Amino acid sequence: MAGFLQQIIEGLGAGAIYASLALALVLIYQFTGIVNFAQGEMAMFSTYIAWQFTAGGMPFWLALVLTLAVSFAGGMLIERVLIRPVEGAHELTVVIVSVGLFIFVNAAAGWIWTFLIKDFPNPFPGGAIEAGGLTVGFSTLGILLVVGAVMGLLYLLFQHTKIGLGMRAVATNPESARLVGIRVGWTLALGWGLAATVGAVSGILVAPLLFLEPNMMSGVLIYAFAAATLGGFDSPAGAVAGGLIVGVAETLAGAYAGFIGSDLKIGVPLVIILGVLLVRPQGLFGRAAVERV
Amino acid sequence: MTTGPTEVTDKPAPAAAPARGGILARVTGAGWRRPAVAVLLVLACYAPFQLVPFRVFQLTMVLVYAVALLGLNLLVGHAGQISLGHGAFMAVGAYGAAIMLDRWDVPHLVTLPAAAALAFVLGLGLGLPAVRLRGLYLALVTLAIAIFLVPLLKRFESVTGGSMGLTLAKPAPPAWTGLAEDQWLYFLALAVTVTAFLLAHGLLRSRVGRALHAVRDNETAAEVMGVRLPFYKRLAFAWSAMFAGAAGCVYTWVIGFVSPDSFAVTLSITLLAGLVVGGLGSFAGPLLGGLFVMFVPGISQDINDAAPGVIFGLLIIVVMYVAPTGLAGLAGRLARSTKRILRKE
Repeated sequence: MAGFLQQIIEGLGAGAIYASLALALVLIYQFTGIVNFAQGEMAMFSTYIAWQFTAGGMPFWLALVLTLAVSFAGGMLIERVLIRPVEGAHELTVVIVSVGLFIFVNAAAGWIWTFLIKDFPNPFPGGAIEAGGLTVGFSTLGILLVVGAVMGLLYLLFQHTKIGLGMRAVATNPESARLVGIRVGWTLALGWGLAATVGAVSGILVAPLLFLEPNMMSGVLIYAFAAATLGGFDSPAGAVAGGLIVGVAETLAGAYAGFIGSDLKIGVPLVIILGVLLVRPQGLFGRAAVERV
Repeated sequence: MTTGPTEVTDKPAPAAAPARGGILARVTGAGWRRPAVAVLLVLACYAPFQLVPFRVFQLTMVLVYAVALLGLNLLVGHAGQISLGHGAFMAVGAYGAAIMLDRWDVPHLVTLPAAAALAFVLGLGLGLPAVRLRGLYLALVTLAIAIFLVPLLKRFESVTGGSMGLTLAKPAPPAWTGLAEDQWLYFLALAVTVTAFLLAHGLLRSRVGRALHAVRDNETAAEVMGVRLPFYKRLAFAWSAMFAGAAGCVYTWVIGFVSPDSFAVTLSITLLAGLVVGGLGSFAGPLLGGLFVMFVPGISQDINDAAPGVIFGLLIIVVMYVAPTGLAGLAGRLARSTKRILRKE
């Protein structure tokens, strides 16, 4: 039993990372209706920026703040320059542009920092808390705390500030929002900036567990997709719940289903995506899409 | 639906039109296609006798990619659904053929229909959940499949040869042809390519093709007109998987070796990039895309390992902005404006 609980805790730690990338996906989807395939690569790029700062001898937490600021600006810039021209275009066009961005960012990171793996400093101490036969690593605890804090801040932003109110208005109905004087274009850019920031958090959290290299996030992205599909692409809370569920499911499958093992774990998100699409396509917390003809 | 306003105004009034069949009309008008295809075919048959074996091999690979891209084009360019995992269907065809050759010594030509059928059935099965929502989910599922496939192939080592892959015999040229191995492989690939293009051409001219275009241009309208969306999307997915499977089979013939890492997710994304640059929704697109996929990485790799990715990524974005119909579309546009200039004189 203790072993089982232990696995669940590990799963939650992994799930929190998926949840933060899923949250980034959902943020962009809510505002622009775009599933950003480049989200993982943007997070990877941000992580490299953080690595560059710390490699220059900067204390980790200062590097983190700077990285998040750069990511925010970068996300806004990408929206303004790359996404704006295809806004409202056919879904296919938008997906292809985001795939182009995926390839470009991935290769650009390889060009700048080479494809060799790099060690990323772990911001959390190595020890663990032991209670009732369970061991909770400070690292896992730290990840959960950071992701929890990000969620809390986003909640405050959306529910208790004027900017957040404007953003919710744009997500619900861009035309009406524009009519009441909200600058829709800038709100969308703000959404991309926020998503890039949240994504950067996931990249920085996952980098010490994996190794930092340009393809680091491709697996994480699939887990995040599964999380967002499970929770519903239009529900931030769903993305978080989905991420945690996916993390736990993945860890349990790896630990208890001997056939799956560690190499086939990447099949778990695939099965989840397929299962959700077959049983409840809008996800656990999402609304079914209704189209006015 | 597919005729844009510019093309309508482009057509000359009947009275002013030059007589059909004039040389000008043949070169620039609608009638140029058949001669162009004929010239291309003659060139394609002539090329392997003039080039060194390595170039012939490269051209053979262009044809392999062209068949895979033809399948992808059916799905993306004609049905408006997106796949980020077509490399996986190529892998299914390639491994299907490789395992048949390795275990049961099946004759090479038999592996082709078998591999294509295998990919078709798999496409039909996977299409079931994937088409339930918009193209976006298809992109998700196919990407996940492409990523999942590599560890899966490595796991079943006894059948697939694991990370080491399988080495196989290439089809030997029959003595009566007097061809060298590379030339024979080239002609096999050419035959498969021509057949695939004819099949796709026939398919698109039928009611299936019109239904697919309707789905691409406006799903709601298509549904109202009585097009069964799930059926046609699934069919498009299965057909496109079939072409990719056939391409994978020819890949196995040509390379004589399969390994999981040849079919990593990069291949799938490169295929999509090639198709977008070559031209979505046209017949020249897959060929141009095949050339692109074959030659651009090799040339740009000299600059930097990451250069192909940077070039692909930038090109995809630029092409989507300025020329959504890709190189093939640009060529068509060029032909039309030449025609206009020539007529003014």
